[in-house]
Amino acid sequence: MDNHGSYKSLINIWILLMFLTVITVWVAQFDFGALNVPIALIIASIKGGVVALHFMHLKHEDGLTWVFASYPLFLLFLLIAFTATDMFSRVLN
Amino acid sequence: MGFFDITSKIIKSIAYPSEMVPSIDDHEDDGEHHFDPVTEHESAKLGMWLFLATELLLFGGLFAAYAIYRAKYPEMFMEGSKSLDVVLGTVNTVILIFSSLTVAVAVKAIQENKIKLVKLMLWITIICAAIFAVNKYFEYTYKFSKGIFPGTDIFYSIYFASTAVHMLHVFIGMAVLGVILRKVYKGKYSKDNFTAIEIGGLYWHLVDLIWIYLFPLLYLVG
Amino acid sequence: MSEVQEKNYLDNGEGFASWFFTVDHKRIGVMYLWAIGVFFIIAAIASFLVRFEHLTPGQTIVSADTYNVLFTLHGSMMVFLFIVPGVAASFGNFLIPLMIGAKDVIFPKLNLYSFWLYLFGAAVFMIALAAPADTGWTFYTPYSIETGANVILITFGIFILGFSSILTGINFIVTMHKLRAPGMTWDRLPLFCWAAYATSLLQVLATPVVGITLLLLIGERYFGLGFFDPARGGDPVMFQHFFWFYSHPAVYIMILPAMGIISEIMPVFSRKPIFGYKAIAYASLAIALISFLVWGHHMFVSGQSKLVNIIFSVITYAVAVPTAIKVFNWLWTMYKGSIELSTAMLYSLGFIFLFTIGGLTGLFLGALAADVHLHDTYFVVAHMHYVMIGGTVFGFFAALHFWYPKMWGRMFDEFKAKIAFVLIFIGFNVVFFPQFILGTLGMPRRYFNYAPEFQSLHVLSTYGTWIIGVGFILMLWTLMRPLPGKAPGNPYKSVSLEWSMESPPGTFNFDEIPTITEPVYNYGTKVEEES
Repeated sequence: MDNHGSYKSLINIWILLMFLTVITVWVAQFDFGALNVPIALIIASIKGGVVALHFMHLKHEDGLTWVFASYPLFLLFLLIAFTATDMFSRVLN
Repeated sequence: MGFFDITSKIIKSIAYPSEMVPSIDDHEDDGEHHFDPVTEHESAKLGMWLFLATELLLFGGLFAAYAIYRAKYPEMFMEGSKSLDVVLGTVNTVILIFSSLTVAVAVKAIQENKIKLVKLMLWITIICAAIFAVNKYFEYTYKFSKGIFPGTDIFYSIYFASTAVHMLHVFIGMAVLGVILRKVYKGKYSKDNFTAIEIGGLYWHLVDLIWIYLFPLLYLVG
Repeated sequence: MSEVQEKNYLDNGEGFASWFFTVDHKRIGVMYLWAIGVFFIIAAIASFLVRFEHLTPGQTIVSADTYNVLFTLHGSMMVFLFIVPGVAASFGNFLIPLMIGAKDVIFPKLNLYSFWLYLFGAAVFMIALAAPADTGWTFYTPYSIETGANVILITFGIFILGFSSILTGINFIVTMHKLRAPGMTWDRLPLFCWAAYATSLLQVLATPVVGITLLLLIGERYFGLGFFDPARGGDPVMFQHFFWFYSHPAVYIMILPAMGIISEIMPVFSRKPIFGYKAIAYASLAIALISFLVWGHHMFVSGQSKLVNIIFSVITYAVAVPTAIKVFNWLWTMYKGSIELSTAMLYSLGFIFLFTIGGLTGLFLGALAADVHLHDTYFVVAHMHYVMIGGTVFGFFAALHFWYPKMWGRMFDEFKAKIAFVLIFIGFNVVFFPQFILGTLGMPRRYFNYAPEFQSLHVLSTYGTWIIGVGFILMLWTLMRPLPGKAPGNPYKSVSLEWSMESPPGTFNFDEIPTITEPVYNYGTKVEEES
């Protein structure tokens, strides 16, 4: 396995994550109405993406690993989407 | 064979079950290393990513419940979230992300045979995990002292269930890293044999990843 | 090709420890086989008691509460201890490395730990029988929260079993990616391996969701969480969503390996290459993918919204298509082939016939208007048993007979085995065909009591269990008493890799990993080999 990057680049990633954490908390004090959840999720996903790509080396892994890493997200989306659709489309007679 | 002989044989075989299978050709295979190192290394990583996929789906059920109930009861979630300690939550987030850094450094260090650095990084990771656990302990006991329990309402059900399942994974991660650390002390790993540290690190990163989502969703609603 | 080795995998190492601590995939597969066999028999006995109870309306031999326990035991033991782990773990473990030309699976120790987890989960499950669950194998809330039975223990046992499934699935997937012999491209992979791959995908992706579902159930019972409690704003139907998100893919975990077995047996006893290899391979993957989209068809009358009912119903019709493709391909494999009606072939033909009936009746249930009448009736019971017994169990029995010489190095008495097949086939249909009729007439499932006009059909169904019971016993008897003498390496003249060595194989399978240069089912296109 190749040795990608340096210790310095790892620390840089960490600094980025700290910065994003500050943003996470800072953004939370504003009320964007319906956009609250998407914004929180987007910031979390950026952080998560950084951890996955750099700390977990996903950036350098082969396509098969990418498939196995990302397909579950799709399934998760399915579970939430269908269940939520049910919950919120019931009509009480 | 005496009782102790048999017992130690059984205990050893749990640690190294392949030794129980006598090989047909004496030096061809010891039953453990059937495959070349590159294949083994890549396979171990692939296997761990698959396992992480299962963990993601395990938490997925909790995230699904969160999504649906938050949409259904937005005020309950706002109230509940306000009652959580944002400072402690942020501190825990910082600690966990830092521990991800240290374990990533450990994975890099072993590939340069920097054993001392590996040991230091793994120790810090485990200690960070322990601090996280202690913080959560204080959070939980504080809630209980205020008469808030998992069954109090749905927000708290989700809060306790998600953080408890996450905590369980923190403990598992600590155990895994602890076993790895012990083997580092025994000199088992080097730049030619570090797969376990890498996949142990992957597991720990997942623990961090889950928390990165849990933190804003639980502590920063509204 | 076949080398004489001093010892084969059965002889290499004696005594309990050499089996219990082995990392040889073949031994692990054999141990799984024995374990699932034991649980199959126990759960089958429970079903015979259930049917015996139904000889008369009202109490025949057990009380209503005991009846509830019996069908829960039958269902949960069959599902979680036999059929979900069963075919994949036993035959998958034994065959996959042999079929792809590897010495073992990629994670042999993990394989052993998976087996130990299976035993551990099974043990917890059995301990739970001290206060056995009476919820039905689906553990629906709110009853599963309120009942006094050992729900926590049994669901925890199932949770552990889930881990075993997941680890086995990971093992198989990585093995098939990394350890195929040189020259074995994906389009030369035996169809049983394709089926096992699709099954493993489902094991890995679906099982965690039932894991969290059962954890939440335990949490609700023990810690008072409120997810499924309407009094606190929770929703009991959410349990069903989470439960079926796993359990529908689970039924494909049950059937895919059996389909893989049929795909292996058909070409051998038709002496023809399989028709539509690629279609069958892709159909397996398609089933694995689409199966995640249809879970709501178990919930049409649960209070689920109309919109979602329609969505799930439409997609359910789509999931039938890849299965139908497979059935056509198997039949077309036989066309103009040279058919040999060995026992394995008989079970395979039985599979195609019975599974098709099961599958078609699933389409009735997928139609919303029909399902309103048929849901939770004996129609559903008959449908599921046609696919699970007529499908998976027949496939499993086919495998038991087909790979018998390879696994044990002996031959069995074909004549007796065929008589057993006839009894099982007839007995099965006598048990379950009347249940389609019972269901359409309105007989509900899981009911202890019933209206007197249903009795004659119930009695007929129970008679069927006695016929199939005799058939099972005869089959077991035949398989346990092999014919004298050693089996040849390749008695059925298969060209598949697992037959290219002596029977039984040596511990490390191949002395030299072969290089594959030909398509996998080229019967009739090359000179038949003598073994």
